[in-house]
Amino acid sequence: MLSSPDLAAIWLTFKLATITTLLLLLIGTPIAWWLARTRSWWKGPVGAVVALPIVLPPTVIGFYLLLIMGPQGFVGRFTEWAGIGLLPFTFGGLLVGSVFYSMPFVVQPIQNAFEAIGERPLEAAATLRASPLDTFFSVALPLAKPGFITATILGFAHTVGEFGVVLMIGGNIPDKTRVVSVLIYDHVEALEYGQAHWLAGGMLAFSFLVLLALYTLTGRKSQ
Amino acid sequence: MSIKAQFRLDYPGFALDVDLDLPGRGVTALFGQSGCGKTTLLRCIAGLERGAGRLEVNGETWQDAGSFMATHRRPLGYVFQDARLFAHLTVRGNLDYGMRRAFRRGPGADSRGFNSIVELLGLGPLQERLPERLSGGEQQRVAIARALLTVPRLLLMDEPLASLDHARKQEILPYLERLRDELDIPLIYVSHAADEVARLADHIVVLEAGRAVAQGPLAETLARIDLPIRLGEDAGAVFAATVAERDAEWHLSRVEFDGGELWVKDSGVPVGRRVRVRILARDVSIANSRHDDVSIMNLLPAVVIAHAGEDHPSAVLVQLRIGATTLLARLTRRSAQRLDLAPGREVWVQIKAVALIG
Repeated sequence: MLSSPDLAAIWLTFKLATITTLLLLLIGTPIAWWLARTRSWWKGPVGAVVALPIVLPPTVIGFYLLLIMGPQGFVGRFTEWAGIGLLPFTFGGLLVGSVFYSMPFVVQPIQNAFEAIGERPLEAAATLRASPLDTFFSVALPLAKPGFITATILGFAHTVGEFGVVLMIGGNIPDKTRVVSVLIYDHVEALEYGQAHWLAGGMLAFSFLVLLALYTLTGRKSQ
Repeated sequence: MSIKAQFRLDYPGFALDVDLDLPGRGVTALFGQSGCGKTTLLRCIAGLERGAGRLEVNGETWQDAGSFMATHRRPLGYVFQDARLFAHLTVRGNLDYGMRRAFRRGPGADSRGFNSIVELLGLGPLQERLPERLSGGEQQRVAIARALLTVPRLLLMDEPLASLDHARKQEILPYLERLRDELDIPLIYVSHAADEVARLADHIVVLEAGRAVAQGPLAETLARIDLPIRLGEDAGAVFAATVAERDAEWHLSRVEFDGGELWVKDSGVPVGRRVRVRILARDVSIANSRHDDVSIMNLLPAVVIAHAGEDHPSAVLVQLRIGATTLLARLTRRSAQRLDLAPGREVWVQIKAVALIG
């Protein structure tokens, strides 16, 4: 059965994934809006940076984040100056890492949804006296709802499945940075296959259910 | 009361360059082939496209060298070719959308205004439906009502019928006619269909390659012979008439116009009603004397005013006057020469087909 460290890790994972997803919806939506509508030269480079975590090994992301957030890195110097302290090996650091790591999985579905809406409904809203901000909230957001559902599910699930980045910048501190994926690794290292099974099986079931929900929702929409 | 619009806009391979003074009331048609710039001009007027120039609508400046009023601040209504209803809102939600926002910015429609517009466009039973559950014609009617409910001071329509099939067009046209008769704001109507323009417009601007090649009152402009080259098969005259008599035996109506009378198929229009009559140039032939031994019902004396070459070298377009009304006839150049149709010559016109429109 699940032990109390197991339960703590599950809770921590849930907390990390939830906060990461909320942060990403806040940060990712303006980025997605900009990417979907800009004709700027910067669209390519910014889009590429957002997509990097899809192709990079998580250890690479973790390695650079560790350097940037460390005492010699510019983020690290800033957080120390601001009185927050250093981020690596804290829950805050884990959040920063997760936001980067899961960014494309939130930004891209929202960006696609915004692109699919196109200019037409927005122009119609303008002729009906809606300011650009008003149009964004009253037309663009509701029409992009399927994209937001996909983004939320993928962002959450992808953060739950994070391993390499966590290991690099979070370490393995119980109750602070030890998430489920890391704990499974610990159990296997210690040859506690029974414990590992509970968690791994749980992850498997969770991932399947999430994807099932996603494909059912989006599949029904496209009919 | 007028709309002064002067715009210059350059795109690769296309330039819009117009300086127009349009009447501040009634229906003005922006007419021309696709690609002539009529939609771009309409978008400039709406502020959806930003051309250099200035725009003044009934005394109010919307754009000049130093200022540009954003679309959402312009008191206009815009009906797009594709209705562009908001898919996430019901018909009612779509209607409310602009009405609520216009209300916040000034006088909007009250519930009486709402009911009369909903009734005018026959939307009563549709209000709880989602746009995807509406036919193309119904969508366009909702779009028109949605625009009207913002109580605009200028209504813009971009080919509202172009994406509809013939039956749907016939369904919408009566609504547009009612609108024309009941609306007291100017309507600028973009179209490439001469029959729609003839039916709805009071004033016409003919655009070609981004420039206005002609503009003026509808009847006068359509009867110009230096212009119908651009109208081709659609060249013809439009004028007002009154239904004077209905003949039950032959199912015909007699209409009187300034210059004579015509017999037309009885289409149920009551006696005394003002109608528009359209006679296409290709349906008019000319004879030097009156012939009663032909099947054609409408024979009228006329005077030749002028003629001009057509786009095909075999054809000429002859401008004729019957009383105060101008008519066009398309003939072969050979016939025109054989009949010796010099200006001032008195002839008989034989009219094969007359359409009562609007």
